[in-house]
Amino acid sequence: MQFMMIMTETAEDFAERTDPARAPAYWGGWTAFIGAMAQAGIILRGDGLQAPHTATTVRVRDGQVAVQDGPFADSKEQLAGYFIIEVPDLETAIAWAAKAPASRQAAVELRPVLPPMAPPA
Amino acid sequence: MTQEAARRAAERAARDSYGRLLAGLAARSRDIAAAEDALAEAFAAALRTWPERGVPASPEAWLVAAARNALSNAARHRRVRAAAAAEIERRIEAAAADTPAAIPDERLSLLFVCAHPAIDPAARTPLMLQAVLGLDAARIARAFLVSPAAMSQRLVRAKARIRDTGLRFAPPEPAEMPPRLAEVLAAIYAAYATGWDALTEGEAAGAGLAEEAIWLGRLVVRLLPAEPEALGLLALMLHCEARRGARRDADARFVPLAAQDPKLWSRDLIIEAEGLLTAGSRAGRFGRFLCEAAIQSVHAQRGLTGRTDHAALRLLYDLLVAHGAGVGAETARAAALLEGGDAPAALAALEAIEPGRVPSYQPFWGTLACVLAALGQAPRAAAALKTALALTPDPALRAFLAARVARGAAP
Repeated sequence: MQFMMIMTETAEDFAERTDPARAPAYWGGWTAFIGAMAQAGIILRGDGLQAPHTATTVRVRDGQVAVQDGPFADSKEQLAGYFIIEVPDLETAIAWAAKAPASRQAAVELRPVLPPMAPPA
Repeated sequence: MTQEAARRAAERAARDSYGRLLAGLAARSRDIAAAEDALAEAFAAALRTWPERGVPASPEAWLVAAARNALSNAARHRRVRAAAAAEIERRIEAAAADTPAAIPDERLSLLFVCAHPAIDPAARTPLMLQAVLGLDAARIARAFLVSPAAMSQRLVRAKARIRDTGLRFAPPEPAEMPPRLAEVLAAIYAAYATGWDALTEGEAAGAGLAEEAIWLGRLVVRLLPAEPEALGLLALMLHCEARRGARRDADARFVPLAAQDPKLWSRDLIIEAEGLLTAGSRAGRFGRFLCEAAIQSVHAQRGLTGRTDHAALRLLYDLLVAHGAGVGAETARAAALLEGGDAPAALAALEAIEPGRVPSYQPFWGTLACVLAALGQAPRAAAALKTALALTPDPALRAFLAARVARGAAP
């Protein structure tokens, strides 16, 4: 069954990405994690995302498009990337999520993916 | 066999089938709600056809085939996105179900799914009672003192999570077994506790779930005979159950354990509990429930020796608390120290408990009041008693507590 593994990171984690002293360890951690998942053959797709300051939030209210600078939710943990994985069950997904660098500082959310929509009857 | 015993035997047999049939039906789809509906339909069909055509050679196989049929009908009606392969598989299974050997016992998987860490802890016991025993939500709601609507909602939500989040419908891996089994046993013990509270609150014994919890405890022992903690839980519940008849006097007043007449305890239940405890202890692994059963066993010895071995109790409570058994165990340890005649140690034990953990925990305040009274600290005892009484809904228990603190005696 397919799960989306939603990676969140703290501001501190995002800062590590570009800090020369800490960036090698940061990227090394992700490379190892992604490598292990790839080795196991469970990744269907996935991407890392640029930091939350690059986010743009769009809402339509009363027919008006409102564009807001920044992520839609102001929280300590921000979306940092995602994977769609194919594993037999939640337990296996939890075991992988616990290996993600994001689970140590911020959090990883697991969501089962909806099956493809049925064609219109 | 009395009529009451016959009714219970029949009920127990039906219960045994219910959980097994439901577990078998839900194992593949993880859809407990759909399996319940299908099983209800199958039972209704049985009531219609069996009187006319006679009871089939294998009633269970008949019920499974009928329920599988109902499930695939429901699936067709919903015109779900279910892949054709799953549908074909289901029909093959339905055909295979004609032989009784085709009904494997999936109840262990069902128990572990009900008490899964990804399920709301408040839903685990109710879910287990409904899925494994077939109890209806209204009865469960009564036992847990919540509204039937709230209980139904809790159950619906938990079932939806099991269906949709992809929980593994299987017993855990050996490495995961101890923590996962602890969750299952804790959920069963919670059911037992509802019966206990219901009794002290003066309700009919039938409102509680003690009998159901013991039934589940026996089931786990049967399915996992080598797990010491499963043996420990069953021993603990049977020891407590053995004293049911001694917990109230002729005027329905509360009788504390130390004042109970051992002649009123059930000898059969105590003997069974002791056998389980001995079997469980052989593994040489410490566990919360084995330890609690051992504590109850020490109390049961009074029936033979006429005295309570307070030193043994102290040792066992130290062990229990050292393993992080929680506020309940720490409070019980203090009560045991007080009963053993060491009120200063009892007070120290209570004062070691962080106040933030016990604001509404009645046993803590009741024990504290008794300990302070025994130490002659009347004003502080009165204050603790006031808090304890505010947390005690049962009038009989309130009267008992107030009298004891007034006497300044050990509980």
